Amino acid sequence: MSNVVSALQGVSADGYVEVQEMGLQGMLTLRGDLSMAKLAKAVKAAVGVEMPKQRKINLNGQTGAAWMSPDELLLIMPHAQATATAAKLTKALGKTHSLVANVSDARVVFTLSGKGAREVVAKLAPVDMQALKKGEIRRSRMAQVPAAFWLSGKDEITIVAFRSVATYVFDLLANAAAPGGEVDAY
Amino acid sequence: MLILECPYCGVKAEETELHAGGEAHLTRHATGSTDDELKFYLFQRKNPKGVHFERWRHVNGCGKWFHAARCTMTLEVFGTYSAQTFEPPKALLSSIKAKRPDWQAT
Amino acid sequence: MSTRIPNTGRFLDKTAPATFTFNGKSLGGYAGDTLASALLANDQMLMGRSFKYHRARGAVASGAEEPNALVNMGADDRFEPNQRVTTTELFDGLTAKSQNHWPSLNFDVGVINNYVARFLPAGFYYKTFMYPRAAWKHVFEPIIRKSAGLGQAPKARDADRYEHFYYFTDVLIVGGGIAGLQSALAAGQSGAKVLLLEQTANWGGRAPVDGAQIGGKSADEWVTETLAALQALPNVTIRARTMGAGVYDHGYALGYERITDHAPEMDAPRHRLWRIRAKQIITATGAIERPLSFAGNDIPGVMLAGGVRDYLINWGVAIGERTVVVTNNDDGYRTALTLHKAGLKVPAIIDARPNADGDLPNQARERGIAVREGRGIAKVKGGKRVLGVAICLQDGDGGAREEIACDCVAMSGGWSPVVHLWSHCGGKLNWIEEHAHFAPDPKRPPLGDTGEGFVVTSGTASGAMDTPEVLKDAHLAGKAAAKSAGFTPKRSQAPKATATTEAAMAPVWVMPKNATIELKAKMWLDYQNDVKVSDVQLAAREGYESVEHTKRYTTLGMATDQGKLSNINGLAVLSDALNQAIPQTGTTTFRPPYTPISLGAIAGEARGEIFQPLRRTPLHAWHEDAGAYMEPVGQWRRPYCYPRGAESHEDAVAREVTNTRNALGLLDASTLGKIIVKGPDAGKFLDMLYTNMMSTLKPGRCRYGLMCSENGFLMDDGVVARIDEDTFLCHTTSGGAENIHGWMEEWLQTEWWDWKVYVANVTEQLAQVAVVGPNARKVLEKMGGMDVSKEALTFMGWADGTIGGFDARVYRISFSGELSYEVAVPASQGRAFWDALHAAGAEFGAMAYGTEALHIMRAEKGFIMIGDETDGTVIPQDLGLHWAISKKKTDFLGKRAQQRSFMASTERWQLVGLETVDGSVLPDGAYALAEGMNANGQRNMQGRVTSTYHSPTLERGIAMGLVLHGPDRMGEVINFGRVDGTLIPAKIVDPVFYDKSGEKQDV
Repeated sequence: MSNVVSALQGVSADGYVEVQEMGLQGMLTLRGDLSMAKLAKAVKAAVGVEMPKQRKINLNGQTGAAWMSPDELLLIMPHAQATATAAKLTKALGKTHSLVANVSDARVVFTLSGKGAREVVAKLAPVDMQALKKGEIRRSRMAQVPAAFWLSGKDEITIVAFRSVATYVFDLLANAAAPGGEVDAY
Repeated sequence: MLILECPYCGVKAEETELHAGGEAHLTRHATGSTDDELKFYLFQRKNPKGVHFERWRHVNGCGKWFHAARCTMTLEVFGTYSAQTFEPPKALLSSIKAKRPDWQAT
Repeated sequence: MSTRIPNTGRFLDKTAPATFTFNGKSLGGYAGDTLASALLANDQMLMGRSFKYHRARGAVASGAEEPNALVNMGADDRFEPNQRVTTTELFDGLTAKSQNHWPSLNFDVGVINNYVARFLPAGFYYKTFMYPRAAWKHVFEPIIRKSAGLGQAPKARDADRYEHFYYFTDVLIVGGGIAGLQSALAAGQSGAKVLLLEQTANWGGRAPVDGAQIGGKSADEWVTETLAALQALPNVTIRARTMGAGVYDHGYALGYERITDHAPEMDAPRHRLWRIRAKQIITATGAIERPLSFAGNDIPGVMLAGGVRDYLINWGVAIGERTVVVTNNDDGYRTALTLHKAGLKVPAIIDARPNADGDLPNQARERGIAVREGRGIAKVKGGKRVLGVAICLQDGDGGAREEIACDCVAMSGGWSPVVHLWSHCGGKLNWIEEHAHFAPDPKRPPLGDTGEGFVVTSGTASGAMDTPEVLKDAHLAGKAAAKSAGFTPKRSQAPKATATTEAAMAPVWVMPKNATIELKAKMWLDYQNDVKVSDVQLAAREGYESVEHTKRYTTLGMATDQGKLSNINGLAVLSDALNQAIPQTGTTTFRPPYTPISLGAIAGEARGEIFQPLRRTPLHAWHEDAGAYMEPVGQWRRPYCYPRGAESHEDAVAREVTNTRNALGLLDASTLGKIIVKGPDAGKFLDMLYTNMMSTLKPGRCRYGLMCSENGFLMDDGVVARIDEDTFLCHTTSGGAENIHGWMEEWLQTEWWDWKVYVANVTEQLAQVAVVGPNARKVLEKMGGMDVSKEALTFMGWADGTIGGFDARVYRISFSGELSYEVAVPASQGRAFWDALHAAGAEFGAMAYGTEALHIMRAEKGFIMIGDETDGTVIPQDLGLHWAISKKKTDFLGKRAQQRSFMASTERWQLVGLETVDGSVLPDGAYALAEGMNANGQRNMQGRVTSTYHSPTLERGIAMGLVLHGPDRMGEVINFGRVDGTLIPAKIVDPVFYDKSGEKQDV
């Protein structure tokens, strides 16, 4: 459908770090016992990656899986595939006690690009951004709302937040990335 | 501004990621309980000067509830542990006892 | 006069002159000046008026401890009061105004307080303004407020921006003097991550001023080299203009970085608040010199001896042409020697000690400076400026023997380590007799999360007074902190420094020792709060034995001083009056911040548009374009109504209600919470959460449910839909979704963790639209897709399908009493669906309605609203909701609590409808009066209004309320009170005002 829109429809801001809303991203919440082989197999079949370990995110191109808690994963895929993947996963899990929910539209995704990406996050989240490793997903808060983020490239961080506060998070990031705010502490 | 390690996701979370949930290991008293039992379940809370067992939720994080053993005077954290238990782990109790010989679990 | 001496001033950049104004007068200075040094260079000694007595005051210090010289800075949207001139860096274009005087700094009528000072003793306000009570509010307070206080509150919105920065480090070092630098080097060389903060723009602290020699070099050279060595370490971050403001639990510390204060033209955040977590904190905060208590020690021109030295060496400013030094220790002689070397006159050094024969006094004698042993200052002559001093015997009562003309008095009462940061989080102190000061006790540090100490002190802050000791202590502190943080320090030694020998100081708390009461009444202990020796002695006589009580009674050491200058002298005077030793008296509590930090820095980014998160639905932009008047619902913004043109809100709401009841209303219901509950035990779980039975609900059906706290009180409600055998979808109130989701998780994680249930909050995944009114079915059928007929989708049923090509889940539920469908589509398609509904609905009279129309329609139907009919003290039984409370279930959350005698009482107020006799609208929250008075002499009440509206449908006021025995009193008229005391009679009626049989919603 052509009138399917993300929260901020690709808005961006040029500061000393660039802030970009990434448009719609397919996302599923999977709740279940992550230690079960059956679950790992279903996840592999659905998004093509291994079961991520504690606080890890495994990405393979457009798809992937992120560890959200001991019984929750965030599965990532192109937006158009979310419904089909959810159905496929639900079917594969069958009677296994689990919950699959399409949360693609409940989210907003931003990237921060530039040398200061880490420090821009560190202005808003009580997290040691200097120590964040590649392949790690960190759930925390940004100012007054929950957010999750990971390093998605050299000097690039991807941030996921709730759709209803998309404008708030964008304004936060644009403000923190505004020229002149360079901390240069890392 | 405390720091508590979440036993579920392993993050050493600072207090602004956490939500305090009061005294731990309360027994839920429901239908059939006496007024006295209900009073202790709903209202009567320990307020010790010293070792205290508490509930916390890593609300701005993995979302899990967990338990913490903490000194209310020095703010020393003796340990954090799973919420899915009726009592503190034995090892934690002995380490508290080693540090605070006068302390009696109640 | 105070003046600039050419070719001096190690901080000055003479190639960068700066022009500034003080009280409108244009003055000149240089880059590197502070506002204090620049004012003094222009002979502007008078800088303000004191807080209580409006006495003329100038700077008494050169740094953060300055209590007097606070000014109003800037103008309009950059106006800020109470700025310390000694910590304000000069920039071109700076404007400052002195404060706390009227009509002018030179002539201030408030100074009258000075002459009636003996009528304004300690506790004056407490004693005087007690009766009559009404006089406080109308007479005393307005007058006191006008004449007291310091700067003015800014009126314009702050033009600057601010931010926070979370930083994690192994070792945080506060203070960039030689101790901080050496500690940073020792810690940094271990590989530990180190952050070093310095509050001023300059590194090295006092050592260069005091002429320290380190490793055969001048302190300045050593500082430059050490800074370079630190900059070469990738694990060390250094930050000037950043004050360590406070130390808190578990290694939390605040750093206050002033980025643009010295260069307002920069496009950058003005302040940055570093929210630091450190494994170990080193406080290398140096020491502060103590004033001496002699009569007139607050007259402009009386200054700390160290400050006089600083102004001369750092900024090339001579405070006076003739300076009398008064001291109880050898360090004061350094000032005399420095002044003498610069060619300035030192007519005498007044030393309170009976003998001064140390190295430094002898050097002074060799240069021909008169040293007067065993002497003190009886009194300082002058008003707005020092004119001279009267000299007396220190052991006497102040009978003056001679007078010396001078225009500056440099005083030194000894040095006290800055223990503030050590003490903020519980570090304990020892009294050090030798130096008459409190110093940190390394055995009793602040304790961190492991139960081990997390703060160590370094250098002078530890009580080390001479350079070799300072560096040795700093080196060990750096290594110790690195080790505690888990690193292995390198084997290394502190650099060697040249030792100086100083003879013992002698504690002198009152000068002269047996001063008369008249003299004591002019000896200032706390300049900022105008507390004198006589005030503390009076407090002691009046029975204030605890130092904390005396502090509050006299205001000693309160406010921004936080005991920097006043602490020890005040304690000593109190101890003397109580006839006990100083350690027995103890010290008051040091509280963060060390010096005040801006409110902007504390707020950080949270201002303007991002003051707080606003939640927006997928249809938010449409509402704004339609001119909706928005109201907050939790953090959501929802349309209250959609006024058209000049239409009033009341008229818009009436139009929306009428149109919905007669044609077709569309409501953005996306804010409703939506939580999936899934698993084999989902039914059992919901039976515990809701008061009614959910496990018996059939797939495809909906049921309205109530949730209570364990205390029995109603906390949320909503419609539950059973999706399949294992899956339910629970709707919560708007704004309740996160709480209820958390509530579910709490029970599943902490009580019933063996139950097989998972929950997921999908509130924001879906845009939800209520399609309401007689034409509701017509518009959905026109759009086409799934069967929404009465037979296919019955009342309280739901179905999945498509509507106009949109994937939709449709619920046949009604909160208005009309034929109603709630349609959920993916949020990304919400706007398109909403637009399509309006397009298709135009011919059926489709019109958006807001939350007020929603409220009125639900009230017309007698439906309760969480937060209106409930307030955290109301149980479902109060609201006549017995039908929604299962009698079959042995347990649900809140059931046991509802069995308590008070909850089961028939005396609890019950929900009823209310109709005013005259058709008017009852005031919201109004109480119904009963006969008689309660024990407090207040009128008894028998009920209150919980919801009240004008009903456009019934064309009269309708209300709901809780009334004593209400349901048994149908038809009775009771009186509700208005704020003005008049009464409104209202009849008790059934709460369902509209379509009592419910036939309209089931068509």
